[in-house]
Amino acid sequence: MLKELELAVTPQTANAFLGKLGDILVKAIDKPLGYAINWGRLWSLWPVHIETACCSIEFGAASSPRYDVERFGIIEAFGSLRQCDLVVVQGTITRKMAPRLRLVYDQMPEPKFVIAMGACAITGGLYFDSYNVLPGIDGILPVDVYVPGCPPRPETLIQGCILLQEKIKNMKAR
Amino acid sequence: MSSEESKTKPVTQTQTAPAKKEPELPKFEKDLSDKIVTKFGADTEISFVKPNRVRINVKKEKIIDVATFIRDELHFDHAESVTGVDFPNEKEIEVVYHLGSYTDPQLNKQILSLATRVPREDTPNPGKDSTKLQSLREIFYSVEFHERECFEMLGVYFEGHPDNRRLLLPEDWADIPPMRKDFRIKGR
Amino acid sequence: MSVKIPPGLQLEKVDERIMTLNIGPQHPGSGHMRLIVQVDGDYIVACDPDPGYVHRGEEKMAEYRNYILNIPHLERPVIHDSCNILYPYVLGVEELVGIEVPERAKYVRAIASELNRLSYTLYWLAIYGIFLGHSTMFMWPAGDRELAIDLLDKLTGARVTHSYFVPGGVRNDLPANFEDVCIRQLNYLEKRLKAYADIFYDNPILISRTKDTGVLSREDAIRLGTTGSVLRASGVDFDVRTKEPYDAYEELDVHTNVLKNGDSYDRSKIPWLDMLESCNIIKQALEKMPKSGSVRVKLKPNPKGGDDEVYKRVESGRGSLGVYIVSRSKPEPYRLKLSVGSFRNLICLPYLLKGEKLGNMPAVYWSLNYWPVEADR
Repeated sequence: MLKELELAVTPQTANAFLGKLGDILVKAIDKPLGYAINWGRLWSLWPVHIETACCSIEFGAASSPRYDVERFGIIEAFGSLRQCDLVVVQGTITRKMAPRLRLVYDQMPEPKFVIAMGACAITGGLYFDSYNVLPGIDGILPVDVYVPGCPPRPETLIQGCILLQEKIKNMKAR
Repeated sequence: MSSEESKTKPVTQTQTAPAKKEPELPKFEKDLSDKIVTKFGADTEISFVKPNRVRINVKKEKIIDVATFIRDELHFDHAESVTGVDFPNEKEIEVVYHLGSYTDPQLNKQILSLATRVPREDTPNPGKDSTKLQSLREIFYSVEFHERECFEMLGVYFEGHPDNRRLLLPEDWADIPPMRKDFRIKGR
Repeated sequence: MSVKIPPGLQLEKVDERIMTLNIGPQHPGSGHMRLIVQVDGDYIVACDPDPGYVHRGEEKMAEYRNYILNIPHLERPVIHDSCNILYPYVLGVEELVGIEVPERAKYVRAIASELNRLSYTLYWLAIYGIFLGHSTMFMWPAGDRELAIDLLDKLTGARVTHSYFVPGGVRNDLPANFEDVCIRQLNYLEKRLKAYADIFYDNPILISRTKDTGVLSREDAIRLGTTGSVLRASGVDFDVRTKEPYDAYEELDVHTNVLKNGDSYDRSKIPWLDMLESCNIIKQALEKMPKSGSVRVKLKPNPKGGDDEVYKRVESGRGSLGVYIVSRSKPEPYRLKLSVGSFRNLICLPYLLKGEKLGNMPAVYWSLNYWPVEADR
């Protein structure tokens, strides 16, 4: 029997066999592993503690006991921003704040996500013709989810976070 | 000595008296304004006297003396705000100080507006052109940040203020001071 | 690039031990503002505040919109105290145009104004707790605030930014059964407010962090022109509702709370005492208001005043808020200036932080009742 095995195992067949084994392993492990990694990411999104304008009040109200965004894993991390992976741009971005916001975004490690909260962060909102206001943050940050409202109710913000979770679930885990 | 009597406007429109006679000016406020005008004469002018609100126009050279008099004799002790108003047609900028009092119980309700005018140039160069005014910081300390804001928004340079630099605008603001009427915002 | 050192930060002796730190807009203890501090070891030697990160140009925008269109954007500096920032504007426009508000509207305005004061002060207390690291003190006021917001929701239709005051009165009358619901919720809220004494005001950690830190004497408070709870904590009895009453406050009985020490502990206690007073005022107003009547006077389209100016002030959550309107016979105001309590109290910051430990900075800074979005307008 050993003799037949010796004749059967040649470099080409070994290659083909290892290739097929690799395919099976990728299908069996990569998809569930990716799912597990994404599951870990989406249930522990930590936002950076940067308050930009008036929508920060509804963000604070979302952390209050009635709307409780902490059950979704979104805890405001009071450490450094190098441990966070979510930037919630709350409200109007002025020309003075824009370089600082970009600096904060650049200092965060990958993977990172951006939620634009409020009408002012999406298109400039009520202040579209002011001299010191950026017309939306699309020009400086890559936005994942837009949450409209002026200000959006806390439930709307939570719906925005759930949309972001759906997006992460279907993402390729890097 | 010139003092200008002015009509007080009625607060509501419900009084439709057919014969309009001059209503009485409120006495306490008239006293205050008269004290200033008797002391300083032609340099000051009463603009209006209303219940709880008095406005005095002063020439810009005399503003330090008038302000010291108001603080020492009339017991007003702080400034509520400093406003700059741009009048491009008359080529002047008006700076209005609203003064109030915490220590004197009779003056708690009163707000005294002290107004001066400074010349205005068409191409402003803040700090180096003729739009200059003496700072009231030594007399009323509370105007420090208000005067800084007036400097950056209108270009009025306050001499004697230790720190004429911008407060609210971005560091790289290179345009004319934004509250001037020549500065038009987008699309209007 | 060469940086010019501001005069506030120029020291007589430049030492090797002195380090310049940036407590920037992204910081768990700074809010929407930047502070540049110079520290010698653990003690702050000099401080330079750098506001303006939320400067949206309210006053310039007001010159391009007429008096009614100005209402939505003028209330955005403080969205959770929006009735109080619109109140002097509306009073000023009424005086310029020359209209008289019905009696019932004045009492409804007083109720809305006091509810806004509750909503603002509870949020301020919540952030004060979290700045000091007391997370229960974030959860309790943030949760109790929802009671006041429920009442405002029933009254005006929105949680924040109500746009409820208009020149001529208020937009709509009290809904049916509002009185019973209001009194029941206020009774429960008073019980909860009194419980804060156990976890916060009698807490030995808070007392050791805030007693005798950032002391502002009575003469300094008057000389620097401070206002609101900062002034009342230093021993000066001044509240616009009692000294220059407006609308329904001429008939309501308001008791001002004054404390003497002028340190951060007193400044953090006065808004809490004011909240208990607000609950009383709302109950008085519900009793005293006329039982029927209209709450709004219809205006002609495009109201305008003559060649006139007006300065009105009102007591908001942060202090006296004044609005100066200059009009020149047009539907738009010629100049509008907001004199807000936060901007007037900002001058205390460089003077109070000298000599403090760096760890006490949030305790002193937020006790000044400073809301950065309003100070920048």
